[in-house]
Amino acid sequence: MKERYRLKDHFIELRIFHNRSIIAIFFTLILFILLISRLFFLQINNHEHFTTLSQNNRVSVQAIPPTRGLIYDRNGIILAENLPSYTLQIIPEQTTDIDKLLRELSQLINIRDIDIQKFKKEVRRKRRFEGISLRFRLTDKEVAIISVNLHKLPGVKIQAQLSRYYPFGEETSHVVGYVGRINEKELKSLSPTNYSGTNHTGKLGIEKSYETQLHGSVGFQKVETNVKGRVLRVLERQNPLPGNDITLNLDINLQKIATRAFANKRGALVAIEPATGHILAMLSMPNYNANLFVNGIDVKTYKALNGSWERPLYNRTVLGSYPPGSTIKPFMALAGLELNIINHQHQIFCPGYYRLKGKSHKYRDWKKWGHGKTDITKSIVQSCDVFYYDLAVQLGIGKMHDFMSLFGFGQKSGIDILGERRGLMPSKKWKRETRNQAWYPGETVIAGIGQGYVLVTPLQLALATATLANGGTYFQPQLVRSIKQKSDTEELLVTPKVQRKISISQQANWDHVYKSMTDVIHSPRGTARRLNKPGLRYKIAGKTGTAQVFSVAQDAKYNEDELEEHLKDHALFMAFAPVDNPKIAIAIVVENGGHGGSVAAPIAGQVIEYYLSQFSDEALKIKNTEIVHQGKQKHG
Amino acid sequence: MASQTSQQGLFFRLHIDFSLLMGLIILVIIGQIILYSASGENMALMQRQGIRLGIAFIVMFTLAQISPDSLCRWSPVIFIIGIVMLIAVLLVGTKVLGAQRWLNLGLFRFQPSEMMKLAVPMMLAWFLAGNNIPPTKKYLFLAIVLLLIPVLLIAKQPDLGTSLLVSSAGLFVIFMSGISWKIIFSFIIAGITFTIPMWFFLMRDYQRQRVLTMLDPESDPLGSGYHIIQSKIAIGSGGGFGKGWLNGTQSHLEFLPERHTDFIFSVFAEEFGFSGILILLMIYLWIILRGIYITTQAHGTFSRLLGSSIILTFLTYIFVNIGMVSGILPVVGVPLPLVSYGGTSIVTIMAGFGILMSIHTHRKLLAH
Repeated sequence: MKERYRLKDHFIELRIFHNRSIIAIFFTLILFILLISRLFFLQINNHEHFTTLSQNNRVSVQAIPPTRGLIYDRNGIILAENLPSYTLQIIPEQTTDIDKLLRELSQLINIRDIDIQKFKKEVRRKRRFEGISLRFRLTDKEVAIISVNLHKLPGVKIQAQLSRYYPFGEETSHVVGYVGRINEKELKSLSPTNYSGTNHTGKLGIEKSYETQLHGSVGFQKVETNVKGRVLRVLERQNPLPGNDITLNLDINLQKIATRAFANKRGALVAIEPATGHILAMLSMPNYNANLFVNGIDVKTYKALNGSWERPLYNRTVLGSYPPGSTIKPFMALAGLELNIINHQHQIFCPGYYRLKGKSHKYRDWKKWGHGKTDITKSIVQSCDVFYYDLAVQLGIGKMHDFMSLFGFGQKSGIDILGERRGLMPSKKWKRETRNQAWYPGETVIAGIGQGYVLVTPLQLALATATLANGGTYFQPQLVRSIKQKSDTEELLVTPKVQRKISISQQANWDHVYKSMTDVIHSPRGTARRLNKPGLRYKIAGKTGTAQVFSVAQDAKYNEDELEEHLKDHALFMAFAPVDNPKIAIAIVVENGGHGGSVAAPIAGQVIEYYLSQFSDEALKIKNTEIVHQGKQKHG
Repeated sequence: MASQTSQQGLFFRLHIDFSLLMGLIILVIIGQIILYSASGENMALMQRQGIRLGIAFIVMFTLAQISPDSLCRWSPVIFIIGIVMLIAVLLVGTKVLGAQRWLNLGLFRFQPSEMMKLAVPMMLAWFLAGNNIPPTKKYLFLAIVLLLIPVLLIAKQPDLGTSLLVSSAGLFVIFMSGISWKIIFSFIIAGITFTIPMWFFLMRDYQRQRVLTMLDPESDPLGSGYHIIQSKIAIGSGGGFGKGWLNGTQSHLEFLPERHTDFIFSVFAEEFGFSGILILLMIYLWIILRGIYITTQAHGTFSRLLGSSIILTFLTYIFVNIGMVSGILPVVGVPLPLVSYGGTSIVTIMAGFGILMSIHTHRKLLAH
């Protein structure tokens, strides 16, 4: 080690500093020479090249939007496609007076005020050399008129584009959703580069939740243009990467049959394949035509749709929360058996009402004079309320809440479209937290027949039915079956996702419930016996339900004819078939429809009949042992 | 000759360096002329810039009155206040355009990172001047830690341009303190060996993509590359003598983005050509060489280190800005000093020149 200087040596310090200063001067000169030579290169050597670019010819960069991925149903029928259409665009940089140009254009073809408003908004956010759309979907005649006058209209061009089209715009509106023009809010979250050539983005349904898959990646070309903006040559081109195609589990024919069966009733239907959690049909009625939204819906039509009391824009399958009514009873019976609250021989006497110990309030059965002696099967087949009032009190709200939660009541299902509601399965804790009130025993009583606080979405009810049908495997419901990348030949299958497996204490308990539900259709006193048509190749298990919208006073009588339409009961029905080998599980809500058995069940009957007609006798009989378990079977 | 000396004497008593002042004034006049064109002949904008320049000259004049000794004494205090304010910015700062850089002091908004451009070299010069020069390894290590704290705090806002300028200001102090070339090269080698594994193993694809786009903006012609393509066309089409004042087509047809701020040099190059650029660069060179001359004549290690850091940071501004708009450096937000519109940076730069003048003009008074 060299000895360190104890004292500051000013002479050495100064010498070091002067050396460094000389280096600094050299450094400065080198950087200046570097800059000057770079500028010499640009301004003197390549002056002509840049002058050409700057004056006569301008280089512009054009974004090439990717083609949006297509959407198919499970059988390969197309649900969303891209059709060619002509768009009128204006390039601000090439115009002299935009307002004058707009006036001239509106004398030639029909341009609405709203088009001009939207156009002016776009002008502010796009670059001056980019084409901005003024009118979409020009007719052939309009294209001809503009083309003839093009020389008088500097900066105007007609762009052939692909426009989204939904062949089943009404049937699939709530599921597939639609694309629409990008708005200010969406602009902030979308990548400005990737969307620089794109005018549309998914707004709803699959189109929205799978936007990143469907959109693809932007391409660009650097082009040399002359003063008038005509492209002279393409200097460089990078092709866009088209969006991925998506195949749904949905069966569009089934969806159409279901839509037709609903006719002009309001409500929702969800059909699920119990072995996989795949969504076979999903509709909310009334629906609307998704094609209206693609290129901007006009205010009047939108107001009519949005303001309608029938609420066609509202997706009831995931947003509608309804009391499940009697459809909760099979789950209640199963809870009683599995938790050893009741045994298979359990019976009660139903006098037509139920009273809590020491209270005078009468909880009435729908059958005023009562069902008499009632066992489990009879309680489901004839939908005895008193049986379940009693069972609910024996179970208590805590056990009820826990057991129902296993089937997904009160929980989001995780379906692959956005914005589902979670429904509600009440508990003491919930009431304390949200309302800061104690739980009253009477609330347990009515929860036993799916009234009171209990709320489900049609999707939840269908999923619970599927879980019951497949023996306790709770899936995450999936609309998308597979995603096909354009660059890849292989399709990426979406694996069914098991969320949980309910542990079974005794198979006999489940079989007892299955048998009772089968009798709802196949016994002479069942509430849905009208589905038992002669020559049926399979057995259906189901349960009707009627959910009260309007509560009747203690001593009054519910009179259907006197009630206003919107106060009538909701009709519900849940079912699966075939009983031994479930291929389809279904849940239906018909708003203000009255009775489940007479209104909702026939719709389910048609859907089940159509769907199972695709299977041979063999296929219906063979017990489906191939319930897919997580990790056991892998796709893709 | 006699009048020249007496004038020099008058300026000296006012603690002003005449040569430096002349260079700065010529530069500011050129800046105002080109700003008039670049802003699209916007008088209101010119007026705001004029007020800002007035304030900047007052700050310069004021700082020139303070002796380097007082500055040295106050360095640690100013540095600590700056660090506290940087932390405050991260905790309670005002967000503008996604970056949290401003501190709202009720009456006005203040950007502490701007202050650090001077506080950091002052602190390091104070720290290194208090000990032996060149510094031992221990002091070198501590100096680097002192530098890293504010740099990381500013980078976190995030403000890439400022953290680059602050770190170069600090590194210039360390460089001028005479650390050995062995240490300098081992740092460079360590930097490279650290970058390579980071690039291949630690960074994700999208991060690598982002760095590549920054280094080669023309690969993203729809995004940041657009600026560079248009800027190069503007510069190149200027040719030897330019298109003439107010005649730049690229800028006046609004092809060129941010033409009155970061890209003002391209407007200058387009309208005044290569000959105009040579004049502008000569003025810059004059200011820098005068600054280096001042530091070599300076008394005291603190003055020398601080002065040379200030002038070399000024060089960094020029090189990074012109390198960026002419497409040889990545795009980071660094203005062309005393020419670009706006930015508190004008005040900071002039404050730096105030310190340089103070170093020069307090020298002889101290000597006697």
